[in-house]
Amino acid sequence: MFKRIKSWGPPLLLVTPSIILVAVFVYVLIGQNLQISMTNKHTAAPATKSVGFDNYIRLLQDDDFQHSLRNLGLLTVVFLAGTLIFGFLWAWILERPAFGEGFFRSVYLAPMAVSFIASGVVWRWLLSSLQTDQPGGERASGLNRLLDDVGLGFLQNSWWSDPNWGIAAIAVPAIWQLSGYVMALFLAGFRGIPDELREAARIDGCSEWKLYRHVIFPQLSPVMLSAVIIIGHMSLKLFDLIRAIVPDANTYAIQVPATEMWVKYIGGDYADSAAIGMIMLVLVALVVIPYLVYTSRQEKR
Amino acid sequence: MRRSLSMLAGAAAVALALTACGGDSTTPSADEANASEATGEVGVFTWWADGSEKAGLDALVSIFNEQYPDLTFNNLAVAGGAGSQAKAVLAAQLQAGNPPDSFQAHAGAELQDYIVADQLEDLSSFYEEKDLASAFPADLMERLTVDGKIYSVPSNIHRANVVWANVEVLEAAGLDPKSPPEDLDAWFADMDKIKAAGVTPLSVAGSWTQVQLFENIMLATLGADGYNGLWDGSTDWSGSEVTEGIENYKKALSYSNSDRNTLSDWGPATQLVEDGSAAYNVMGDWAEAKFQQDGKVAGEDYVYFPTPGTDGIFDFLADSFTLPVGAENPAGSKAWLNTISSVEGQQAFNAAKGSIPARTDVPVEEFSEYQKSAIADFKENTIVSSLAHGAAVPVSWMNELSTAVNKFGGTGDVDALQKSAAEIAEKFGK
Repeated sequence: MFKRIKSWGPPLLLVTPSIILVAVFVYVLIGQNLQISMTNKHTAAPATKSVGFDNYIRLLQDDDFQHSLRNLGLLTVVFLAGTLIFGFLWAWILERPAFGEGFFRSVYLAPMAVSFIASGVVWRWLLSSLQTDQPGGERASGLNRLLDDVGLGFLQNSWWSDPNWGIAAIAVPAIWQLSGYVMALFLAGFRGIPDELREAARIDGCSEWKLYRHVIFPQLSPVMLSAVIIIGHMSLKLFDLIRAIVPDANTYAIQVPATEMWVKYIGGDYADSAAIGMIMLVLVALVVIPYLVYTSRQEKR
Repeated sequence: MRRSLSMLAGAAAVALALTACGGDSTTPSADEANASEATGEVGVFTWWADGSEKAGLDALVSIFNEQYPDLTFNNLAVAGGAGSQAKAVLAAQLQAGNPPDSFQAHAGAELQDYIVADQLEDLSSFYEEKDLASAFPADLMERLTVDGKIYSVPSNIHRANVVWANVEVLEAAGLDPKSPPEDLDAWFADMDKIKAAGVTPLSVAGSWTQVQLFENIMLATLGADGYNGLWDGSTDWSGSEVTEGIENYKKALSYSNSDRNTLSDWGPATQLVEDGSAAYNVMGDWAEAKFQQDGKVAGEDYVYFPTPGTDGIFDFLADSFTLPVGAENPAGSKAWLNTISSVEGQQAFNAAKGSIPARTDVPVEEFSEYQKSAIADFKENTIVSSLAHGAAVPVSWMNELSTAVNKFGGTGDVDALQKSAAEIAEKFGK
């Protein structure tokens, strides 16, 4: 008996602090958040009664919250598609032994080293909505000014200020920032495929396209899945970039659940804020849990 | 090796348990605290971080240092968004039970949130001690009193219904800067002329400045009584007058700069008028201090007048300071509140910030022309409470209405704004 304790005791003691910390600061707090979200604490005053899931039902029926969810969907789709396309393209180009690979790899990866807040400050200026052909257009700055200067003035638009599609503009800096990371993932995937496999396929008479289609792409699908999960869950919780680009959190055009949660919190509507937090948790869990299940199954095999 | 590992783990667990307790210091109760015996640091939380606001705070601090040489002023200012950033930080600190010694809040309905959460000390005895009730105007006292108690000390009074205009732009469009338009229709007609001259007629920035413009237009359309009724329930949000007000707001927005949502705060919007890129800006009288600091001359470079249709009405807001429950140095807080409420403090602060003193007995000679006119107006005009600056309604109401107003800036759907404003009023109204 004592021998057994000796073997698993110390490791257990070592991980206990982090188990306690995670239990208290993650799960207990999630529980507390859930509890607040089911009260009527809509002002700074203490809650007076429990209202069950009323806050959730009201939120999900609310036009403005639906707008936030729609924005979130649009942001995720554009962000995902953009990073996957660019990340794959760059990895594919750099995959062939080419001049200056190391240089370009660093160039594409560099934006990831910048925090969303820092790049957001720059993109705030780049994505300013004034166009050169509008009244006061001589003040136009950023991309709109640049497009006009190079003769592509017709491409100017209001960027994130557009109430319907504006959120897609927020995806542009996010794509700029994370494509390099996806590129690195794909590059590692490409490198993981042994050269013998390609040689064998070529000897068997595969064309370059068929080689990619039937040999390389199937082997990249786990990489693709990781990229989708990582980018997808980042998009669900994207907050700092939006906050850095948009001066006022309470701006309708770019409202996503994360920013709406913040706005409700500043306004003292703690119950609604907590409810939005829970909804976001569920959304992220919907993405992450199947992935965890999938990877643990893979590892067992 | 194994042994040392387990010891390490044990030590970590003990350290963890230790940090969980502790930090339980005793603080003297606020009632017993005596300002004259105060020592140490006074941490004051504001959103006055730059420009005229910082200048005002600095002036106030220098008076404080003179009056209380034993105390050190600790500036806890957080910048941005007319205080919305600061309020978020403050809310977190108050929730965590770690309040500053004093914090800035708008006098009026905004304080209600702090009061219902039991976060503020009752300052009624402080008012009696200093006989402040006779120093502040009755209108202000009425707005500071909640259920017979007073929770904050005002440092100044601002006016939110002022139009600032660029003289050169007006003259270029063939308008006389000395005779401002009398009502909204005349104003819109003037803006048509300015638009024809190729200049943006009206500058606006992000969401709270849009709410302030909305408030001004509603005030101009409904008049003082109708406007007050929006907050106490006597004006019907679904009525045709409100529809007309929203239509007017829509028209005003159509004259404004299209990049309004990308401007970060009131400063850039007012700057457009200063630079001659826009003709008018509706802004509170803190803009006066900005014009002054940038070396502009009233009457020559810029003119100001009450928002057309609101002449004779003073759209009021006041910055005030509080004594939070659980402040570490309540004696020091009281010393700070003493400085704010003193004649010298109000004089120095307001001369720099461009607002007018809350006390009625501060000598007016040293104030600017604008401030003198505002002091006179405050005595004579009908006073209403500002929506955008937390004087008219509690924060949660203002917050939801701001969302609706900002949404309207994109969609221009009059019915939708009126409907949601009515719902919000029903949700939060008495």
